[in-house]
Amino acid sequence: MTKVYMDNGATTPVDPKVIEAMQPYFSEVYGNPSSFHSFGREGRNAITEARDKVVELIGADYTKELIFTSGGTEADNYAIKGVASALEAKGKHIITSAVEHHAVLHTCKYLEKRRGFEVTYLPVDEDGLVNPEDVKDAIREDTILITIMMANNEVGTIQPIAQIGEIAKEAGVTFHTDAVQAVGTIPVDVNELNVDLLSLSGHKFNGPKGVGALYIRKGTRINKFMHGGAQERNRRATTENVPAIVGLGKAAEIAMEGLEQKQEKLVSLRDKLISGIEERIDHIKLNGHREKRLPGNVNVSIKYIEGESILMKLDLAGIAASSGSACTSGSLDPSHVLLSMGLTHEVAHGSLRLTLGKYNTKAEVDRVLEVLPKVVADLRSMSPIYNG
Amino acid sequence: MKEIYLDNAATTKPYDKVVNRVTEVLKNYYGNPSSLHRKGIEAEKIIKEARREIAKKLKVKPNEIYFTSGGTEGNNMLIKGGVKALKRYGNRIITSSIEHPSVLEVFNRLEEEGFDVIRLSVDKEGIIDIEELKSYLNDDTILVSIMGINNEIGTIQPLAQIGEILSKYERLYFHIDGVQTFGKWNLHPSKIRADLCTISSHKVHGPKGVGAVYIKDGSRITNLIAGSGQESGIRPGTENVPGIAGFAKATELIFERVDKERLYSLKELLVKRILNEIDDTQLNGPKIREGAPHIANISFAGIKGEVLIHSLEREGIYLSTGAACSSKQDTPSYILEAIGVSREMMEGAIRFSLSDTIDEDHINYTVDKVKENVQMLRKIMMR
Repeated sequence: MTKVYMDNGATTPVDPKVIEAMQPYFSEVYGNPSSFHSFGREGRNAITEARDKVVELIGADYTKELIFTSGGTEADNYAIKGVASALEAKGKHIITSAVEHHAVLHTCKYLEKRRGFEVTYLPVDEDGLVNPEDVKDAIREDTILITIMMANNEVGTIQPIAQIGEIAKEAGVTFHTDAVQAVGTIPVDVNELNVDLLSLSGHKFNGPKGVGALYIRKGTRINKFMHGGAQERNRRATTENVPAIVGLGKAAEIAMEGLEQKQEKLVSLRDKLISGIEERIDHIKLNGHREKRLPGNVNVSIKYIEGESILMKLDLAGIAASSGSACTSGSLDPSHVLLSMGLTHEVAHGSLRLTLGKYNTKAEVDRVLEVLPKVVADLRSMSPIYNG
Repeated sequence: MKEIYLDNAATTKPYDKVVNRVTEVLKNYYGNPSSLHRKGIEAEKIIKEARREIAKKLKVKPNEIYFTSGGTEGNNMLIKGGVKALKRYGNRIITSSIEHPSVLEVFNRLEEEGFDVIRLSVDKEGIIDIEELKSYLNDDTILVSIMGINNEIGTIQPLAQIGEILSKYERLYFHIDGVQTFGKWNLHPSKIRADLCTISSHKVHGPKGVGAVYIKDGSRITNLIAGSGQESGIRPGTENVPGIAGFAKATELIFERVDKERLYSLKELLVKRILNEIDDTQLNGPKIREGAPHIANISFAGIKGEVLIHSLEREGIYLSTGAACSSKQDTPSYILEAIGVSREMMEGAIRFSLSDTIDEDHINYTVDKVKENVQMLRKIMMR
């Protein structure tokens, strides 16, 4: 059976060149980068090189502005809790959106519940877009942080980050963006976007799992998150995960080289997939903005059936997809993103996310377009609420 | 040139089978364990098996093991999280003065937040004073954090005895930093009545960037990291599947390969030859067979440890003066200071840390080279 992996929003296959670049750092240059001897030094140099590449990928000015983390979730936690604790004397108000990843939302909830912060969760329109005017209106004297994601993990909507960044800058409020879904897939430039903090994750752009980074603009006030040794310029204690950091650097290098091509390819596959689905299946709705959307993201609600039953059937046919965010796939609650966009529970339950990556092919899109309509017809024929 | 790596307390060389396993998982099992499709389920299965392997070695239940990004996160998560969960019951937290920075810095931070921090003193072998511990324990005490084996001098703390004493206090968490202990010495947190325990992969020939914590069934901690529901919601973030698989493989192998008696005889050879054949040297911390089998801390009077390390590096021998994590700061070791080593001996201290791949020839070669270099350096210093 041909297998088709279309869950690149959850995680991506690691590029073989990345695996190759990581290899020497497991068994040859295995020293602790903090050690004085050459094993340590070589590890340190490798980290420096990787940092340069990631810095270049996001257009940062100084290498000192990038801290490696264990992934996107830690980077989000570090950014939000770090700024909150550094600035809580100044104010205890944070602005975010209703459609953020749980790494951001749950951190905000924690600050509300346990640390006495007040959080404004901005609504989104039916396409999942935050209105920059709403951000402006929500800013108060005691607002210390704005955190809005760059691109949504479920519906792929790309937020007007540069505009929001401009507003934040004018108001003098620290601005963080969770760019986990964006970096390595669309152009990201921290200066053009006017962000002070930006989270990214390796495994979302064909790098290894267990590594990510937080960009911290020079001068941003932020407290330490992990206490211990003096690694990462005393900002993030723990022995550096050298092979993974090298892998992230390599993934950044590869992403930079092929960004335009990758985007073009994904957009054409995505649009083929979207129009194919719209032509072949009735009673469906495309979720998210049609243009302002991640190049590889397709999210559709297929009415009268359960998302999970589609997934099972697709999986049996060798197609890996998801109903939304992988991180919440264990729960029975419908997506908070879709509900915020105004979908009813029932429609939200029937959503299917197909996320394309650089290894997907036109033939695979054709395969999905062949299988999916049958699966849907099959399930609907058993549905008591569907009558053609 | 020979290459003899004797800095295994800083980090270890991953076993070949570990590297193979990590690579295999990187290549083939790239799914997100939270995904419902086959790719996700395969990855989830790897994590489940890894959890079982590590639980088996710690003699605890698999659902009591959670994966982290390493020892530092583990210590941060358990101490901060444990203290926050028990905050309403009391304000006192206790540790020792020779813990790893990832414990001590967390205690410093908690002290700034208003907790009543007690740092127990240690004797010249690095062992805490049980009577002193008892004198500080009261109903206001909510957490005690003690390491199993010290990373610089190899002291083995009497964990079972400490656990016994602490078990009389109901609303108190006993945390063990087991990073240097796991795989090298007995570490059975439930048997010694610990509630929380931290371990790390790269100290046992596994990959960097991964570790695990033990949280006793029913013990609640407040999350360090908020997010989705991974690791039962205790530690969100997409799981580092290749890292976790490599950690499990390393765990399986180190328990087969580490032979305490063999390590002790190598350590004995190393220490005895150095002390007998080189003047003005001393073993810091516990006696050879009372300390950890893989760590020996030796001082060479009249020499700077750093200088000796650099000259030995030219002979292909890799060592360190102490903990790698603090080696960037220009402070002498707070651990050696706590056990009463003189300033001169502190400056001339070197840590030798062994692994199962070291043999007698390596040790003899090392001692020969240490001898040569010490004599050479001392001559230069005299001039």
